[in-house]
Amino acid sequence: MTPTTLNQTGTTMAGTTRLSVRNIRKSFGTHEVLRGISLDARDGDVISLLGASGSGKSTFLRCINLLEIADHGEISVDGELIQMEQRGGKNVPANRRQVDRIRSELGMVFQSFNLWSHMTILENVIEGPVHVLRRPRAECIAEAEVLLEKVGIAEKRNAYPAHLSGGQQQRAAIARSLAMKPKVMLFDEPTSALDPELVGEVLRVMRSLAEEGMTMLVVTHEMSFARNVSNRVIFMKSGEIDSDGAPDQLFGSGGSPSFRQFIGNFGG
Amino acid sequence: MALFQLIGFGPTGWGGLLLLAALMTLCVTAVALLIGAILGSLVAWAKLSGSRILRTLGGTYTTVFRGVPELLIIYLVYFGGSSAVTAIGTAMGYEGFLGLPSFAAGALAVGIISGAYQAEVFRGAYLAIPKGELEAAQAIGMNRSLRFRRIIGPQVFRFAIPGIGNVWQLSLKDSALVSVTGLADLMRTSQVAAGSTRQHFLFFIVGGCLYLILTSFSDRLFTSAEKRANRSMPTSLGQA
Repeated sequence: MTPTTLNQTGTTMAGTTRLSVRNIRKSFGTHEVLRGISLDARDGDVISLLGASGSGKSTFLRCINLLEIADHGEISVDGELIQMEQRGGKNVPANRRQVDRIRSELGMVFQSFNLWSHMTILENVIEGPVHVLRRPRAECIAEAEVLLEKVGIAEKRNAYPAHLSGGQQQRAAIARSLAMKPKVMLFDEPTSALDPELVGEVLRVMRSLAEEGMTMLVVTHEMSFARNVSNRVIFMKSGEIDSDGAPDQLFGSGGSPSFRQFIGNFGG
Repeated sequence: MALFQLIGFGPTGWGGLLLLAALMTLCVTAVALLIGAILGSLVAWAKLSGSRILRTLGGTYTTVFRGVPELLIIYLVYFGGSSAVTAIGTAMGYEGFLGLPSFAAGALAVGIISGAYQAEVFRGAYLAIPKGELEAAQAIGMNRSLRFRRIIGPQVFRFAIPGIGNVWQLSLKDSALVSVTGLADLMRTSQVAAGSTRQHFLFFIVGGCLYLILTSFSDRLFTSAEKRANRSMPTSLGQA
């Protein structure tokens, strides 16, 4: 691998490793969902994780911010290794406070948005900065308004999540994550729960984030996003990385037979 | 009219005493609800906890105090508590019977029962919080206490309001049983007035009306609290 990478605007930049995952394994009962996954994301990388359902891509994403605890493996964010220890024969975080802090550095966007339903959109966006990062409220509100403007829902700031469309909720959820100024953004099938006509507005926001150089890991079924926005595509099959490469290469002629078959199902 | 004088506020009227009694009923119920809220949230937490022992203890609490007659609990707390106090008094050299204050005993007894019902309300309210919202709180880096304070607490409160309104109604009626300890609540005072004037029909009707006023008034309060708490819900649900 080369130490430099090409970002979306076409300039070459030094590739600081933002996220490094080593040999993650995870089983649910006797079923091994992840069989040793490793991945490095450098600054500005936009990596699409593709795979059939059940291939382990969402579980892998959730292991990164410890919503699922991997049975084995190492995760570092911006060079800092998450401390784990063995307790009662299980792999558990050694330091809860470190986990909370690292999570605050990783943005997570969920398939089902998961906005806090008892708070307005603005309250959702400032919640993390004010209460987790303990920053001054006025400053957070000013920043939140800029973010809401950016994702195009400034006029909904005082509405509650239940009164917004799915696409608006997902854009609010993206703004909520961005308010934490994350080092890496994790997207877990961000458009899968949306009506088809609402997918575009969310993808546009994600695309502009990518263009600004945000480091992103995106579990998705949107082939056009994988192909046109990401600079790297990883195809997972049965808990392992089957193909890994630049989209042009994989979607061109470099993909494995299983990858060809997979994208064939999308009519691509 | 002699009857109106009896329930009026004149020197021969019972009006003042009845109003005071209604206030007493309200106070016993309010204190009981508060005790019940504390016990109920502890029991709900025990029932939701990962520990098998705590779950069993919590389950036993709700089974026992929902399954035993309220009157028995009141007798148990009042007379049982009084004998315990008397025993301590005797040990310290005091002779004779020491009674537990009937207000405290009554509020505690009704509170213990109310706690068993509130535990179920709180448990249900916790389970009604969408799991994804808790995950989002974890993912943004909230620690356990922050998650409780900012996400779980307010939502449990919101989902619990209708159920707690119900428990309040039950406790208000249970509090009538406290009259057996001699506390001058609405029940007891109606009884005394009825007995001493021999106007049983009149005073039990008046007492009943005062209970109805208390329950329907508090019902309206809970309904408006529910509406306020539900302003974030989809309109169809908010109106339901």
